[in-house]
Amino acid sequence: MTTPLKERLVQLEVLRYNPDTDTEAHFQRYEVVCQEEWVVLDALNKVKADIDPTLNYRWSCHMAVCGSCGMMINGEPKLSCHAFLRSYEGVIRVEPLAHFPIERDLVTAPDDFMEKLKRVKPYVISKQKKPIEEGEHKQTPAQLMKFRQYSMCINCMLCYAACPEYGLEPEFIGPAALTLAHRYNLDSRDGGRKERQEVAATLEGVWTCTFVGACSEVCPAHVDPASALQQMKITSSIDWIVEHLIPGGKS
Amino acid sequence: MSRKPLVRECPPTTWYFRQPRYLRYMSREITSIFIAAYCVLLVVGLQRLSQGPAAWEGFLLALRGPDSIVFHLLALTAAFYHATTWFNATQKAMPIQIGEGFVPGNIISGAHYAAWAVLSVAILFLAGVF
Repeated sequence: MTTPLKERLVQLEVLRYNPDTDTEAHFQRYEVVCQEEWVVLDALNKVKADIDPTLNYRWSCHMAVCGSCGMMINGEPKLSCHAFLRSYEGVIRVEPLAHFPIERDLVTAPDDFMEKLKRVKPYVISKQKKPIEEGEHKQTPAQLMKFRQYSMCINCMLCYAACPEYGLEPEFIGPAALTLAHRYNLDSRDGGRKERQEVAATLEGVWTCTFVGACSEVCPAHVDPASALQQMKITSSIDWIVEHLIPGGKS
Repeated sequence: MSRKPLVRECPPTTWYFRQPRYLRYMSREITSIFIAAYCVLLVVGLQRLSQGPAAWEGFLLALRGPDSIVFHLLALTAAFYHATTWFNATQKAMPIQIGEGFVPGNIISGAHYAAWAVLSVAILFLAGVF
């Protein structure tokens, strides 16, 4: 016989916003019976199923892979499928991701992030074109390891919600997009660094970053965007020195 | 259905109270005020030196005052804290790859601490402390 699962009465305080009727967002309190080992997303699903079907939020995989269910949970950017109820005491405050406009309830508008992602050209720009019949572009395990960590981003945007610079300077390209630029710059098959630097090595690029480091602390995929941005600052500085201080130097 | 996204401003002067990690970041940044003040003090010292022995002696006397000692202790603490955060960050900014692996971060930061210690001893030696 299996042990019965432990139940717990959870109090959620959820930020609500209905664009059709509201001019401001407001908190709504829900009390919901949950299993002790549930995550916050399970509690929201229970609210939507049993208490309030009008509650809106995004989710898909329920296993910290798709990056859809990012929210502020007690002020901290988290994937709600990765935030265990047992980690919280008292009322759990759930808000949409900070620094993004609220579309409805816990759903935010990711348009700005999507636009910035496009600008950094997050794809391999081949060093040299070669016909398909000449075979694949080979890469050694060491060449793969150079950028592998930075390819683990799931585009959940928690790093943008954690980054105060993005909140204060919305034109900042931001942690995830710049980290992806770095990932392709480090790829042995890629020759597009110069094109990406036109966006990345600028004031709205890496030079807005003041190394708060919050992006890396909240990243659920352990990508460490802060390290990528600091490395990009170094290459950007070397480019500048070569271009301006070394006679005949070209970045 | 038309969209009407609600934009929330990030409070420009109070944002760092939102999370403890933001306060840690601000405490690191504030150390630069003490370091800048100490740089100004050094420039003033050079100016006094250029004005002759009497001005220089007056400057040295001022340095021995209690206010100056308190300031120096604060500036030293700030410099230590700033240097520590800086050296701990080096492992993120300067990863060293050997084959398929990376040199452990604490070795990179540790090398910076070691260089800091060696240079500090060398400067104290040149200053005639030993």
